[in-house]
Amino acid sequence: MPIPPDSALPAPAPTRRTFLGYVIGGAGLLVAADLGLGASPASAAVVLPSVPQIPEAYDLNDFLTQCALPTSNLVAVRIDRRGDAHFALPRMEVGQGITTSTAMILAEELDLPLDRVHVTLAPARPELLFNQLTGGSNTTISTYTPIRVAAAVARQSLLEAAAIMLGAQVTSLTTKGGTILDALGSSVTYGQAAQKVDTSRTREVEVTLDESRERKVVGTPQRRIDALDAVTGRKTFAMDLKVKNALPTMVCRAPALNGKPVKVRNAAKVRAMPGVTHVGMVPTGVAVRARTFGQCIDAVRALDVQWSEGTVPGKKADDVTRELKAAELPLAVPALGATTVEGSFTFHFRSGSALEPNCAVADVRKDSARIWSGLKSPIDAQSKIAKLLGLPQSKVEVNVVTGGGSFGRKLFSDGAIEAAQVSKAFGVPVKLMWHRADEPRQGRVHPMATSRIRATVLGDTVATFEQRHTSVSCDFTHGLGERITAEVASLPSGLGNLGFSETVFLLTQELPYNFGVVTQLLNESNYDQSRFNTSSVRNIYSPDVRVANELIVDQLAARFRTDPVEFRRTFTKSGVVRRVLDRAAELGEWGRKLPKGVAQGIAIHKEYKGATAVVVELDCRPATVNRKVRDAVTGPRVLRATVVVDCGLAINPLGIEAQMMGGFSDGMAQVLTYSNHLVDGHFLEASWDNSAYTRQWNTPLEFRCEVMESESTEPGGIGEAGVAASAAAVACAYARATGTMPTEFPVNFRQPLHFTPKSFVPPVPASPTNGLTFVS
Amino acid sequence: MPKYSFQLNGEKVTVDVEKGVRLLWVLRDVLGVTGPKYGCGINVCKACTSHLNGKAFNPCAVPVEKIRPTDKVTTIEGLADTVPGDDLHPMQEAWLEHDVAQCGYCQPGQIMTAVALVKRVQREGRAITDADLDAIRNVCRCGTYTRIREAVRTGERLMRR
Repeated sequence: MPIPPDSALPAPAPTRRTFLGYVIGGAGLLVAADLGLGASPASAAVVLPSVPQIPEAYDLNDFLTQCALPTSNLVAVRIDRRGDAHFALPRMEVGQGITTSTAMILAEELDLPLDRVHVTLAPARPELLFNQLTGGSNTTISTYTPIRVAAAVARQSLLEAAAIMLGAQVTSLTTKGGTILDALGSSVTYGQAAQKVDTSRTREVEVTLDESRERKVVGTPQRRIDALDAVTGRKTFAMDLKVKNALPTMVCRAPALNGKPVKVRNAAKVRAMPGVTHVGMVPTGVAVRARTFGQCIDAVRALDVQWSEGTVPGKKADDVTRELKAAELPLAVPALGATTVEGSFTFHFRSGSALEPNCAVADVRKDSARIWSGLKSPIDAQSKIAKLLGLPQSKVEVNVVTGGGSFGRKLFSDGAIEAAQVSKAFGVPVKLMWHRADEPRQGRVHPMATSRIRATVLGDTVATFEQRHTSVSCDFTHGLGERITAEVASLPSGLGNLGFSETVFLLTQELPYNFGVVTQLLNESNYDQSRFNTSSVRNIYSPDVRVANELIVDQLAARFRTDPVEFRRTFTKSGVVRRVLDRAAELGEWGRKLPKGVAQGIAIHKEYKGATAVVVELDCRPATVNRKVRDAVTGPRVLRATVVVDCGLAINPLGIEAQMMGGFSDGMAQVLTYSNHLVDGHFLEASWDNSAYTRQWNTPLEFRCEVMESESTEPGGIGEAGVAASAAAVACAYARATGTMPTEFPVNFRQPLHFTPKSFVPPVPASPTNGLTFVS
Repeated sequence: MPKYSFQLNGEKVTVDVEKGVRLLWVLRDVLGVTGPKYGCGINVCKACTSHLNGKAFNPCAVPVEKIRPTDKVTTIEGLADTVPGDDLHPMQEAWLEHDVAQCGYCQPGQIMTAVALVKRVQREGRAITDADLDAIRNVCRCGTYTRIREAVRTGERLMRR
């Protein structure tokens, strides 16, 4: 299969494309389009080329988009009597801004003001098969065209109805902000026209998407459509839902990772505690239900439980490192003295938890169940819950609630499954929530990994670049979000899951440099994805892979006695990368003079149909590194961060900048401070002050993001795009500021613990009573 | 069950609840006031930050019996009513201006912290510094920290009017 040298530079797109949509028969104006529209047709099997790499021609987003092709399922836009548009997005909003960008796409195509477009989240729709997974930053890539087509059908239908009402030709009509005007200035509103559209039967409508039309909304900076709700406390998350009789419920968990309850020794005593209504064992622990969560916490602390040993008894981080080293695939090219540049890197576990802990409301009855939760794979959740309840899938209603963050975490439905189990066991509705301490200890983590790189320099070229990435098995048993692929991924041998990991690795990892023979391979250290609770946390492989890559690239640049920016510019094989690199170097004032102990770092990344480049200035001077903040990790401080991104057609630049800012916070934390310490078969962290994620005292004093005008006419992904280059730039800056290439991440991992680990029995800390002494 | 009374967002409320229950759960589970969020329950993440008599505090760490009948508790839901007029609080306006929120889960707590911080530095007769912003402990897992810093400074300016 011929592969273009640089697929990120697209062929000129046609300016007009014709699609079919539908006006749905029945009451009111409802139009629909096939969610598979716009995906490129399936090509022949993709063979593994040595050079260039797979993602250049066919990446994870093509795979996710193409999986939706044969399903022929519809997404519908409704126009109400006021002329407002309504759309239930079959994806999950977790903060990444897809409800806002989707509303913008609809507003653009419909010619409606943004505040008259109402986007909600669709419940689990099993008929969508592969097409209801929120992941891989794929939402806008896969839904852009179908949503536009549905909107265009709606607009076309309104114009046809208005033409009859106004006695005019459709072609003589224009629209403006929800009103249709004829050449004489007469007008009808969308609301009036909507009631005159012929909906006596379902019919096909042909529409044309005109790419040459000037855009009024798409591409302009827009604030989030849920911002007012967020700042007034009205935005509703799963725990804020008022479901009748769904009382607070928590689970007492084992001291060991994945330990199971064997026996409860004092259930009657705990059941008699104030507010407590139920106590009982479930597979993951001992559940308690009470009038308030405070009383649940007290009950969890009072439980006396016999536990099984966990899934990694006695293990510590160094044991896992040894296991990973033993599983590293061999490098093909031998080390050749002075011509070889190599490095071996270790990336520790880190929690994937959002600020909103795992939570769900469940009301399980004898013959049906209703679930409410923040779910990125709602069809998979529905199928798993139906199976464990022994109900047909159609009897399990799964409602998707906006999430308080996800970062890949909510691909798994752990809270919803547990809530269903507890509701069934207790025979009453429950509002289940994990304690914060449970999150880093028993929740989903980014899999620990090593990355080994060897490059060979021959004359004035880099002749080979090999990378062997080795990871603790990453759990992909959500499959593509529905049952069939989830079942394959869950095959007992673990090989089905490995197939998913390998697929995701091969479809995402791309070294955007001309370094001769390039190989990047993944192996997993053992094929048991249930040993650690992992998930493909925000940008699963790229941050680690790219940190390792870019540190070695800096070493190569040094070997060539070339400036890091100049070296990257010379060797990159992508025009898109070169553009963001040059702009970041310019904006970030690459090469400017800085005090000793402060250094710049630069890194690039190409993924999600676009590219990012990041320049940071990192302060590693002792006075900064050793500054004290109570119960906190300080360390090196980024003084200035500059992110430049080309993410294809930018729907909402303000939202893209927000995602780059968040991606930077994430990438920086992974390199400098954020990890889980595995000691004696369990993780020590149990609080936000233990897990040193980015806080205000770590935040860059200056942050700047520029969204470049793209040559691509299609949108790319943004939710994860900022993480990898940010992590790599910080790592490179650290190496240059300290004169030592870091090889273990986060760089503070070997420092003495900054906290005293909280108790494992009881598994959650007592709620403090001294809050009034901190009033300020 | 004992009864406890206090002023909540300008109105007197009385709750029937066992002694010792932390105020966060009285607000959320008993009174249905869900603006203050749970993020840790141990006064670390600050997602539940609200005001007690105009100053920031964390109801996850205060047993209900420590609140007196005359105490004024303000949650994000009542913040706008602490300033004249029908509009939002200036800090909420600043938050909108900078489009700070991503998932939004921490933002009620962030805004309540920011308002109390501005009032504190105003009492001290000075302006907010980088050191003040560095000392904000509220966690934002989405990483909106830079926009929070910008919004606090804008809010400080708007609150002077």
